[in-house]
Amino acid sequence: MNIALLLQMAAYEMADRAAIGPADAGLDFAAFGARAAAAAGWIARRDDAANVAYLGLNSPAFPIALFAAGMAGKPFVPLNYRLPDTELTRLVERAAPCILIADPEFLARVPALPGVTVLSRDAFLMLATTEAPLPEAAGDESDIALLLFTSGTTGEPKAAILRHSNLTAYVVQTVEFAGAGDDEALLVSVPPYHIAGVSAVLTSAYGGRRIVQLPAFSPEDWVSLAEREAVTHAMVVPTMLGRILDVLESRGERLPALRHLSYGGGRMPVSVIERALALLPHVDFVNAYGLTETSSTIAILGPDDHRLALSGSVAERRRLGSVGKPLPSVRIEIRGADGAVQPPGIAGDIFVRGEQVSGEYVGRKAIGEDGWLRTNDCGWLDEAGYLYIDGRLDDVIVRGGENISPGEVEDVLRAHPMVRDVAVFGLPSDEWGESVAAAVVPADTIDPQLLRDWVRQRLRSTKVPEHIQFRAALPYNETGKLLRRVLKAELSR
Amino acid sequence: MSATCNTEVAVVRPAKDAVLQCGGLPMIAIGAERPAGAVPAHGLDGGTLIGKRYADPDSGLEVLCTKPGAGSLAVDGRAMGLKEAKRLPSSD
Repeated sequence: MNIALLLQMAAYEMADRAAIGPADAGLDFAAFGARAAAAAGWIARRDDAANVAYLGLNSPAFPIALFAAGMAGKPFVPLNYRLPDTELTRLVERAAPCILIADPEFLARVPALPGVTVLSRDAFLMLATTEAPLPEAAGDESDIALLLFTSGTTGEPKAAILRHSNLTAYVVQTVEFAGAGDDEALLVSVPPYHIAGVSAVLTSAYGGRRIVQLPAFSPEDWVSLAEREAVTHAMVVPTMLGRILDVLESRGERLPALRHLSYGGGRMPVSVIERALALLPHVDFVNAYGLTETSSTIAILGPDDHRLALSGSVAERRRLGSVGKPLPSVRIEIRGADGAVQPPGIAGDIFVRGEQVSGEYVGRKAIGEDGWLRTNDCGWLDEAGYLYIDGRLDDVIVRGGENISPGEVEDVLRAHPMVRDVAVFGLPSDEWGESVAAAVVPADTIDPQLLRDWVRQRLRSTKVPEHIQFRAALPYNETGKLLRRVLKAELSR
Repeated sequence: MSATCNTEVAVVRPAKDAVLQCGGLPMIAIGAERPAGAVPAHGLDGGTLIGKRYADPDSGLEVLCTKPGAGSLAVDGRAMGLKEAKRLPSSD
């Protein structure tokens, strides 16, 4: 199944329903489908282009280009506009021969390159209304629909491959077709080059939910847009949520139309989600765990689990720190160092399997012959099947043979009233192999010994940070991932 | 696509040697010519619903209806059942 079929079905069934932009002045599904088909016609006629690269912020051009490229049978390659020009140019060269659709302000960032046909966003939107449409989707479901360059820390970024079959399996198995109410609107603030930005477009089209796009995230703009467009649904990464809550508190705004807020893309501090639950009691919260290589979500902690966590037993409260249960359409296993499947409560490598899992990069397959993908995350399942993520395998601190999860120590430190933000990581140690270090953003001056005592009272002594560094801020990437490696490199010097 | 009505489907889970029928006749490739005058046979005209999944447990074949029509889906003469999926909270 081609991803374009998801939109064609929506255009057939919900032609008059608002699809993109303001409810009264945006595109309905019929117009959305027609523009994608016309743009697909133009793309398909560019025989010399193998890929469709996209360099732009969130705007209607993004969903149209995503479906159009899919329909034309050419991989869509959204690029990270935050990269320096030289790196961006290298990625465009890797996508060539290609069409490059770029926002006007980004056109000058990439020089003229052989095999690259550059099109401004406005020119693209124009031809999406004038070109002869492609009548049927081209190619096969095993074709590549999406190439996402993953933010590598060393060397060239890897290009993760997602095929039409992976993406449509995810959508069809997790979303009810036309299941959204006609008043529903999703606020999209993750960028087009993030898997969550792509899956938001695919699942909203299939579900029949209008999308409202925020070109670039700021908490003030997010709250204003959510309020103005009566947004009912939204997805945020953890760093966004804390800042959004600050704005809601200072404005006294409670977003009465908002019903559903999902979060993912990194570890959510329990203190932040507890604050969100208290501030927005009318909202359903969903924690989603997924990877680029799995077409987005593979495990979900649902609204009922969140509510139970507020009022329930110790075990139920602890689940707020989990990412919930695997989707019915995927299987998750925890494996030990010897490859054996681990029983509940024992941590190990998280493996995942399912039709939405690609586990492929250009030039390399990361998935096993048996279809299982190693996520490179470390975690464990509880007796009831809830999944807990300890962190990236490379982030786990091995101190004197003991595995220490940075997240566990961070949660304890963050609960201290004088700690605004914190990151825990390992530093090389002659005595222990690695020792525990913490970078702390303090609310006010505090004696580091008090923080050590705080941790010692709540966790065992091996988990007490030997090094504590105070900083004004922690390094995050633009989608809210904490850059522990940056801190580690600084303090290892 | 159906030879007897407007139904179109996408195969979600393929099955070997299973002949997919709609309205009593084998389904044909999208874009192929429908036989003139063919309509769903009596008793095989319950219709299909867009966005619904239909499954045949015997062969394992599963399809998604991408365009609705008047015929009913079957595999080797066995009517395909509607597959009810558990509704999941939205996560994107």
